Amino acid sequence: MNPVQDKEHFRHAVYQTPFHPRTSVANKLNVWHRWKDYTVSDAYYNVALEYAAIRNACAVFDLSPMTKHRITGPDALAFLNRLVTRDVEKIKPGKVGYAIWCDDNGRVIDDGTIFHLKPGDYRLCSQERQLEWLERSAFGFDVRMVEETHDVACLAFQGPTSCAVLKAIGCTGVENLKPFEIGYWPFAGGELMVSRTGFTGDLGYELWTDNSRAVPLWDALFDKGAIHGIRPMGTHALELARIEAGFIQAHVDFMPADQAIHLDRSRSPFELDLGRLVDFKKPNFNGRRALLEEQKRGSRYRFVRLDIAGNKIAKAAYIYNREHKGQVVGTVTSAAWSPSAKTNIALASLHMPWGRPGDELWADIYYQRELQWFRVNVPCKVVEGAFFDPPRRRATPAADF
Amino acid sequence: MTDANHVIIIGAGHNGLACAAYLAKAGRRVTVLEAAGQVGGAAVTREFAPGFKVSACAHLSYLLDARIARELDLARHGHASARDNLRTVALQRTDEHLVLNGGVLEAGRLGEADRTAFATHHALMLKFARVLGRQHSRVPPRLLGGGRSNAIGAALLGWDIRRLGREDMREFLRVAGINIFDLVEESFESPALKAALAFDAVLGTNLSPRANNSVLALLHRLSGIANGTTGGVSLPAGGMGAVSEAFAKAATAAGATLRLSTPVKSIALNGDRVSGVVLASGEALSADAVVSNADPKRTLFELLGARHLETGFVHRIRHFRTKGMAAKLHLALDSLPGFSRLPAALAGERLVIAPDLVYLEHAFDAAKYGENSPHPALEISIPTVHDRTLAPAGKHVLSAVVQYAPHDAAASTDAARAQLLENTLKVLETYAPGIRARVTASQLLLPADLEREFRLTGGHWHHGELALDQMLMLRPVPGAAQYAMPVNGLYLCGAGAHPGGGVMGCAGRNAAQAVIKAGRE
Repeated sequence: MNPVQDKEHFRHAVYQTPFHPRTSVANKLNVWHRWKDYTVSDAYYNVALEYAAIRNACAVFDLSPMTKHRITGPDALAFLNRLVTRDVEKIKPGKVGYAIWCDDNGRVIDDGTIFHLKPGDYRLCSQERQLEWLERSAFGFDVRMVEETHDVACLAFQGPTSCAVLKAIGCTGVENLKPFEIGYWPFAGGELMVSRTGFTGDLGYELWTDNSRAVPLWDALFDKGAIHGIRPMGTHALELARIEAGFIQAHVDFMPADQAIHLDRSRSPFELDLGRLVDFKKPNFNGRRALLEEQKRGSRYRFVRLDIAGNKIAKAAYIYNREHKGQVVGTVTSAAWSPSAKTNIALASLHMPWGRPGDELWADIYYQRELQWFRVNVPCKVVEGAFFDPPRRRATPAADF
Repeated sequence: MTDANHVIIIGAGHNGLACAAYLAKAGRRVTVLEAAGQVGGAAVTREFAPGFKVSACAHLSYLLDARIARELDLARHGHASARDNLRTVALQRTDEHLVLNGGVLEAGRLGEADRTAFATHHALMLKFARVLGRQHSRVPPRLLGGGRSNAIGAALLGWDIRRLGREDMREFLRVAGINIFDLVEESFESPALKAALAFDAVLGTNLSPRANNSVLALLHRLSGIANGTTGGVSLPAGGMGAVSEAFAKAATAAGATLRLSTPVKSIALNGDRVSGVVLASGEALSADAVVSNADPKRTLFELLGARHLETGFVHRIRHFRTKGMAAKLHLALDSLPGFSRLPAALAGERLVIAPDLVYLEHAFDAAKYGENSPHPALEISIPTVHDRTLAPAGKHVLSAVVQYAPHDAAASTDAARAQLLENTLKVLETYAPGIRARVTASQLLLPADLEREFRLTGGHWHHGELALDQMLMLRPVPGAAQYAMPVNGLYLCGAGAHPGGGVMGCAGRNAAQAVIKAGRE
């Protein structure tokens, strides 16, 4: 039974994920937050060590609350192609594709992944709830969709030793799975779906099964993973890894267009450095006309990755174009000290035309020491690509480490 | 390969034909495709019983644009009135009937205060209606974006309202969005007068007298007359179909090709641009632009396909309100019916049965819950008093708009149709005793019938409700009120576009201008 079908669910303030019997024991810090009505851990025992497990061993993240939709029917492909900006035809059965979708104004509503499970059978995972938008978009298409968020248990299993652990629990040949590929293995009398996907920019997998096999899956991983350094990780550690990978997050790096009251506060794909996901060769998709117009007229913003001098985290910093008496040319949306890149990093949204190679940029950073506020003004540099991008992320067959 | 000069017009309604005439005059090669065997769309004259003809949907002419009639020389192409400036006779059960001629009360019992108030009210409504009338021939401005011509368009609308003068402007802004019930309650004493005026506001709409926007619907109805349309409320010779035929002759004289009995199956695309149409017969025709006289939902969902449009736009079009609420009654009569206490000389005027506001409101109550009115309100015309071409010698035709009849499944069955016919005949019999005995044939078209016969989604004869949120730059929906649809080369030219319903021709003319302008860019 999924937690929503449970008629007693109203007695709890939040739902518990199918892994809760294990995560609640593992959560030694007892810090929880609400994620799409489920309770999940911010951190289990130590954020730094949880992060270290992602980059040096392997770490397990309870991904179950992520919104998941199943899309089937004769028009599933046509429907998805009208919905998202990229060409879904290129996502073959057994593959996964990252996608964004826009409103009519060409502003990003959300981003997510499209799993082509079987021919014509898709799973769309999103950061935000999307059922209403999907149902609106389905008018005129012969397509069936259900939200299966509560019926699928899933874990993000990330880090260099993750492949070795999967092999140990019986996923023979999983090392041959290429990035963005899906494989299926028998597990505990049922099936385990493994996709080589993740939010850490590292070697890693996402594991999908039905709710009843959640606890056996967790137990199997921790049993076989003990000698490979397996650790549970919370949202804070994952956040650090995703900033290093340069991935964006709704409500943090962009405002979902359907929730933005002020049109100027949402962003187009080009303004999020996601132009590569826009395929104008498709004759129609939501936002196409507005995006063509934007290409002619020019974008308002540029999304950049910044390498910031010093070690003060540039959270929410204003970006100026000069050290003194400059003008504000943008703001930092996500920032962290990157343990792997060993530098001070940030994602930022800058007004056009700022953020060109060689532009002088300064971050105005406020920070606290023992409740005392300090301020530094430090130079920053636009960098291309992810801050941390190890070859093992793409290497196939995946090594054991 | 498309023909760069070829424009296809889907539907030979009067707007499609007006559009065709203007485009052909501008040198475009124009083909008009009509599914039915005759031109006119919902403005047609049809035989409904052997020897008896009637204007099958729209039956009176209020709004025909004087400039279009002149520019297309409709008179030379056969347009003539059987009778202009029809009076409105508000039939009373026992009291003296009210006879209204413009702002003048010609007969009926009204106090002195009501007489003065009526004259003032009528003049003011005409003045306000003129503000709307001035917008008819303009392409509405865009709400967002748009260039200098757009700003000028918005400024003109503002200026038209501003130059009413301070007091009248305030009054215009006060009443434009409110309901006719409150307006007549605050202005008049006579229940008969209140109901007669309120009936004009709700005629053909999905509004009760207490529904907001009903004053605006009244202003739209008056906008043609206020705009200087010759003839006021008039009865075209040969029925409304003759008006359409005049438009058709103007279009063909200008060089447009007309193909009847040629239904279009779909609009063809090449990328995000229209490339022509595919006919039901399978024949494909290529064109640089396709202009649809069909209603927005039919055009965009059935002919084009929602998948070629964007989600937000589709959502807005789906919620364009198109629920028809008026049925049409046709009676073949073996002699001129006698209405109690009505001089025979007035039998050919516009007769209204809406005795009081509560009667109207109750008529709507049933429809609100999906049932036909047990006591419907009626707008009656006996065109054969003025036009002998419509019925055999000595015989007559009665044409009536029957309100309210909702476009709901339960109200659209054969049993429901028979029941509404019975309800309507009962009402008629009350005012014209003995009329039932004179009926030799009858036809009642429910909104579902109008939808089927005239291809009107929802059976709404204005292609969609005329209300504040569906008018001007919001018609049919914001962002698409400039005739061009989001798909390149596709235009709307029917009542679903600004300025809306009524046999006017302005939507067709404005759409032609939009096509011509796009061709120049």
